[in-house]
Amino acid sequence: MGMTMTQKILAKHAGMSEVHAGQLIQAKLDLVLGNDITTPVAINEFEAAGFDSVFDSGKVVLVMDHFVPNKDIKSATQCKQCRMFAKKFGIEHYCDVGTMGIEHALLPEQGLVAPGEAIIGADSHTCTYGAVNAFSTGVGSTDMGAAMSAGYTWFKVPAAIRVNVTGKKRRFVSGKDVILTLIGRIGVDGALYKSLEFSGEGLKELSMADRLTISNMAIEAGGKNGIFPVDDITREFLNGRVKREWTAYYPDEDAEYESVIEMNLDDIDCTVSYPHLPENARPAREGHDIKIDQIVIGSCTNGKIEDMKAAAEILKGKHLAEGVRGIIIPATMNIYRECMKLGYTDIFLDAGCVVSTPTCGPCLGGYMGILAEGERCVSTTNRNFVGRMGHIKSEVYLASPAVAAASGITGHITHPEEVM
Amino acid sequence: MAIAHKYGDHVDTDVIIPARYLASQDEKELASHCMEDIDKNFHAKVHEGDIMVAGLNFGCGSSREHAPVAIKASGISCVIAKSFARIFYRNAINIGLAILECPEAAEDISDGDEVSVNFDTGIITNKTKNKMYHAEPFPEFIKKMIDDGGLMASLKKARR
Repeated sequence: MGMTMTQKILAKHAGMSEVHAGQLIQAKLDLVLGNDITTPVAINEFEAAGFDSVFDSGKVVLVMDHFVPNKDIKSATQCKQCRMFAKKFGIEHYCDVGTMGIEHALLPEQGLVAPGEAIIGADSHTCTYGAVNAFSTGVGSTDMGAAMSAGYTWFKVPAAIRVNVTGKKRRFVSGKDVILTLIGRIGVDGALYKSLEFSGEGLKELSMADRLTISNMAIEAGGKNGIFPVDDITREFLNGRVKREWTAYYPDEDAEYESVIEMNLDDIDCTVSYPHLPENARPAREGHDIKIDQIVIGSCTNGKIEDMKAAAEILKGKHLAEGVRGIIIPATMNIYRECMKLGYTDIFLDAGCVVSTPTCGPCLGGYMGILAEGERCVSTTNRNFVGRMGHIKSEVYLASPAVAAASGITGHITHPEEVM
Repeated sequence: MAIAHKYGDHVDTDVIIPARYLASQDEKELASHCMEDIDKNFHAKVHEGDIMVAGLNFGCGSSREHAPVAIKASGISCVIAKSFARIFYRNAINIGLAILECPEAAEDISDGDEVSVNFDTGIITNKTKNKMYHAEPFPEFIKKMIDDGGLMASLKKARR
């Protein structure tokens, strides 16, 4: 029986010619990632176990992104612990204030992830790198601590669902609408323990930014990873970023998929996921009754330059509705600078928004845009669980940058068409 | 006497331990906020050895290990659910929190039922309803890991 893309990458890293779904394997890792929330716990485990070295100081990446610039003494202490650890072990990719970005935007941008690689990260959205044909998945801090020392970890080889993409994207529709629609169809546990593998002639319609957003939210369907094959769009993105050699993996002709989901882009319109689960996907056109207090445009899901562009195109020459707060967070320092160069920052400020340095802040209710009781936010982030962005009686509506921007202008959930 | 505390489907890591408390790694502090966004009294009512029971996809969301740590530090001796989110499942085993997938038990056990678990056989006994349910018991190495207090503790013990 043939193998999926994911299975082939795992087999390669396990040093085996073949693996099958359900098999337990040990696989070598090309990268181990942690952030300022999960790394301190991993360091404690690492030290308690008595480890005295990391497997490769060039293959451990520590990104301070959740609560930086530090929001309080405790978060500052966590970063300090990571900083000291990085220094002690000569970690090459230690990214702190000034060089950091939101981890899953930063790593692809910096060429730290490439096709065919096996990556774990102590952050659930580590599945993002499937967009460049890597196998990557989120783990906890103990797994991270052990892997920083060992350079390998164990996996259960996942079964897979194939998502066959056809058709053409409509105006204003982006990767966010595709993934919210998919999660709406299969549910937040629709891909539990499984790979989501994307294929089909419609992939040429999906930019790298679209793919990064789609892979990023594979976890919101319970998926272990979400992976795309390599094509010209991938090669163009990798060109100049990834200098080491890499291998692309494609599924075998007879690869085994548990099911195939057909997604025709022609049928996908701008989509919003209502509280309190990402699966509550509804058409943006039907959201007029939902009055909002805030928009957030940013995060590992939608903080890329293409996302900033989509928001800027809608907000240009317009202003937020009275009573709506707009928080824009470019995901990396390069994107932050690009926004200035391209005039997006001026557009955002003129529209009445604030522009923050990179941080995960509001997405997980950390800081930089916490909601009070009864408040509502249209956000380009990835989760809308109870209390996710603040008070347990606040509400988060997940959407694309274009929908968030349009909603900011009107003060209620709005399809971008209505303001353009 | 282990009492069951029952919740629904898709209990996510944000309600198990809200991110506003993640600047702490202190187990007791994490435990004091465990489940508070969906069950304000959880910390006050849970006793050492109690059981948590839930529906589908328990522990979905973030990879924060603080979630199983907070549950364990609250005194919960085992989580029984219809299914678990995969990162939570792995984290729970790694930090030594016993978890069992058993749709039948998860469906049938009511909040407040008196429940006991035999980890060797996978048999869950509901004393209140006078019923038994069968879960797949963990293999020996996982049981040992949980008994030792988690992956790292187990590795350290093996090295000695």
